[in-house]
Amino acid sequence: MNLGITTFLDKRPKIKKYFPQIITLLFIIFIFGYFTYNAQVNMDNRGIDFGLRFLGEEASFDISFTPFVEYDGTKPYAKAYLVGLVNTLIVAAIGIFFATILGVIIGISRLSSNYLISKISEWYIEIFRNIPLLLQLFFWYFAALRALPLPKEAINFFDIAYLSIKGLYVPRFVWTNGSVFLFSIVAAIVAIFFVFKYTRIQQEKSGRRIPAFLISLGIIIVLPLLTFLIGGVSLTFEHPELKQLSKTIYNYIGGVAIIPELMALAAALSLYTATFIAECVRAGIMGVTKGQKEAAASIGLTPGQILRLVVMPQALRIIIPPTTNQYLNLTKNSSLAAAIAYPDLVLVFAGTAMMQTGRAIEIISITMLTYLSISIAISILMNWYNKKIAIKEK
Amino acid sequence: MSENIIQMEKVSKWFGDFQALKDIDLEVAQKQKIVVCGPSGSGKSTLIRCINRLEEHQQGKIVIDGIELTENTKNIEQIRAEVGMVFQQFNLFPHLSILDNCTLAPIWVKKIPKLKAEELALKQLESVKITDQAKKFPGQLSGGQQQRAALARALCMEPKIMLFDEPTSALDPEMIKEVLDAMVDLAKAGMTMIVVTHEMGFAKEVADEIIFMDEGMIVERANTEDFFANPKNERTKLFLSQIL
Amino acid sequence: MIKIINFLGTPSREKFSLFVPIGIFLFSLGLIDVTLNSLFDVNITSFFPRGLNYFTPLIFGFLGLYYLRIEFSGNKMLDKLNININSNWFNSILTLLIIFVLIQNIPPLLNWLIIDANFVGTTKKDCSDSGACWIFIKIWFPRLMYGLYPNAELWRINTSFIMLITLVVALFYIPIKLKKYLIIFLIFVFPFIMFNLIHGGNFGLVWVETTAWGGLSLTFIISVFALILCFPIGMFLALGRRSSAPVTRYASIGFIEFWRGVPLITVLFMASVMFPMFLPDGVYMDKLFRVIIAITLFEAAYMAEVIRGGLQALPRGQYDAAKSLGMGYWRLHLLVILPQALKLVIPGIANTFLALVKDTPLILVVGLLELVGMIDMAKTNPDWLGFATEGYVFAGILFWIICFNMSRYSQRLEEKYKTDR
Repeated sequence: MNLGITTFLDKRPKIKKYFPQIITLLFIIFIFGYFTYNAQVNMDNRGIDFGLRFLGEEASFDISFTPFVEYDGTKPYAKAYLVGLVNTLIVAAIGIFFATILGVIIGISRLSSNYLISKISEWYIEIFRNIPLLLQLFFWYFAALRALPLPKEAINFFDIAYLSIKGLYVPRFVWTNGSVFLFSIVAAIVAIFFVFKYTRIQQEKSGRRIPAFLISLGIIIVLPLLTFLIGGVSLTFEHPELKQLSKTIYNYIGGVAIIPELMALAAALSLYTATFIAECVRAGIMGVTKGQKEAAASIGLTPGQILRLVVMPQALRIIIPPTTNQYLNLTKNSSLAAAIAYPDLVLVFAGTAMMQTGRAIEIISITMLTYLSISIAISILMNWYNKKIAIKEK
Repeated sequence: MSENIIQMEKVSKWFGDFQALKDIDLEVAQKQKIVVCGPSGSGKSTLIRCINRLEEHQQGKIVIDGIELTENTKNIEQIRAEVGMVFQQFNLFPHLSILDNCTLAPIWVKKIPKLKAEELALKQLESVKITDQAKKFPGQLSGGQQQRAALARALCMEPKIMLFDEPTSALDPEMIKEVLDAMVDLAKAGMTMIVVTHEMGFAKEVADEIIFMDEGMIVERANTEDFFANPKNERTKLFLSQIL
Repeated sequence: MIKIINFLGTPSREKFSLFVPIGIFLFSLGLIDVTLNSLFDVNITSFFPRGLNYFTPLIFGFLGLYYLRIEFSGNKMLDKLNININSNWFNSILTLLIIFVLIQNIPPLLNWLIIDANFVGTTKKDCSDSGACWIFIKIWFPRLMYGLYPNAELWRINTSFIMLITLVVALFYIPIKLKKYLIIFLIFVFPFIMFNLIHGGNFGLVWVETTAWGGLSLTFIISVFALILCFPIGMFLALGRRSSAPVTRYASIGFIEFWRGVPLITVLFMASVMFPMFLPDGVYMDKLFRVIIAITLFEAAYMAEVIRGGLQALPRGQYDAAKSLGMGYWRLHLLVILPQALKLVIPGIANTFLALVKDTPLILVVGLLELVGMIDMAKTNPDWLGFATEGYVFAGILFWIICFNMSRYSQRLEEKYKTDR
């Protein structure tokens, strides 16, 4: 035992307090310095320099799926990054949407009094939770979607959409004066906000309940519709049409192509994450004790009021934090796109762009930073939300 | 029509195969205070929970203030507006303040304007002596305060009958008194009360009649003095000897 | 509508012997209709107009269940059935739909999986088209399990795992006094033994390069190493995060949140492409080792949070008591806090291990071939094209069996330790 040092430190409590921290700090600085030095040496040897200027250079590769963003091979790498990011967000949004709906349904079914339904939900959860996500993804992409027919014999949905092995083709929305339509929706939302405020004040003042929900429904339907009649907004559809591209190859031209990679990824992410969301929902609903419902019933509230005023507020407090965590996991898991060539951020930027420029450190750092920012932003939001609605205790 | 505010005739209830209530006949007049006691599993809680339809009876007839208790939802809601209940586990709504707990039903069921509802609520909170806790949340109150708040919440609907399901059984000993005091005040104010409890001191002070239940049946019913002085049934005597 | 159905009267206990046979008959009629329709293409109700035809099983079944819905019938089985799947019309329709969907889908599935499947044979030609070709799996099985590891040396992998399992099982049964030593052995000594056994090059064992390691055994090698190695790191991070010294605390938080905020794929890319840049010029570290280090650090962050949960769950009184007895920081933690906290987090550790096993397939994107990677290799082999489905179904079933049992086991552990306290 190094008694010398320990007695030395004991006599000087201030140093004892700061000593471990200084050691840790030195250690961290040392590690970082060591890595940086090595990286510098290695890059010098290879004739690469460190810098972000490459982001302005021409990308010279195409991306197969670029809705919402204008992109081709002449655009800079920064644009490619943007396309990748947008694609990641698209698949994450679709995944979150379906995972939530499915998760809520299964979570509630798990609590059903019907034995068959609750058992089937239980099996669904056990099956889809215990198979690795990558494997589920591969199954959908390589097995299930490969079984779809060729475009010539595509599955036809009311002559509007066509599903084939090359993807799901849906009509493209072509707007004239689309911005007016968007404004009308924004205006409708603002109006609804005021409707709710007004009806609440009325209820507090006089006790009367004005059906805010129905009025809001009316507004959100009528107002946008009006823009068609008097706002000069019109909408046409560009339908996908089957064209013969060569002697044996047929495909659909026009419309929007939802590529099989996106479908497989969205399906796998939704089915997998739904299992976790279902468990969150179940915990939330079970977390509201029977006594709460009984007390609410005993003071005369109707079942609808009990659900809205007593059960849901408590259940949501239990459900929302872990569910948001699952949304975050889903967004991170969307990076599995790299394994099936869906052009998300990882594949486009940390894959293709990195292979072309060889700038591993910059690109991987930027990619990791992007995901890190998303995680931290969601964390901060979650903490704020938790503080705001926390049930106060002693 | 008799002046009985609660009328139960030949009421039976089963939980699956187990019969919890066997042919219960019960009349309660207005302003009467009744204490129901008995060993656990005797059906006391089930009895009063049938009165506000938290449990459904399979046989017999229950009439509350002239309204018959059936599957008819409108009847059930009417009856629940006239019958208030205090639970063993308080069951305050943790996400609402005490004041909001009390005004919730008056606003949403009786459609009273918010300010008026708050006035009435504060009056009730005053009568149970916790006005200063009005803005606090249930988690911040002690057990005794929570139960008194639960009492105020039930009273805010201005019920004609108050049911108590072992209101002090979940409380620490030093808090039982404050809740019982509130219940005594309520009794003195003339409320019709049915109280399921083991607190025999309270029974002696407040109850007009005591009912002893065992195995789903009303074994003995007498006015308070007679009940304690001359229990007629063997089982009653045994029970009293165990708890007194 | 109800009046029409009720021409026989409402189903009730008294008329038991009238309603039950009719109910059973109608219900069975619905089932038979669906079965004949889907399995044998026979339509017994074709004389109905076309639209109604489609719904006849539902109508029969619904009426049948309605007649069977007798409250308190006295027959135990019927009552149980009624409460569970027939309590009201909504439930009965759901029940019927579920049963019909099962009848329509399970037989073809079983058909493909087992009845028409091929189990005997050695080449692709032995596989028929209508069923699953399990011959594919049979032939490739050794590769799927052991990757490209030479056949003659497979005993080394088997031995290491048998040793591991024996040690872990022993952990639960040996007396407490020896447990400490076993844990230290397991964490600090065993990895070396296992590594040397599988890697070779020393002690007279043939050297097997890491690129040959593969298959399910690679999944477990990586999982075991990562779990064992991430444990001490996670412990330090958890303690660091709870420390009052700002440097230690923020360094730990930064480290933990960084690894938890990024997807595993980027971590693997980092390991395979970025790490080499951080090593001194001329030093080369095997890709598998880099990946294991990356996964270890990644899981250490999650493990740190699990352990932190355990540390927080301990009542403050434990800290107070130990401090009042004069114990310093390290003694307090090593002798009092950590032994208790770790017992609390054993289910959490089991969950982390489970998540680790489910994450390992990702290593195929950096070129390491564990089970799913091997299946990719097998299915693109020119002799065996077109069996992707069989491959993934097999992998799915295998992973499911492993993960399901692990999660069941960890649930049991959780129950056990919950009641212990």
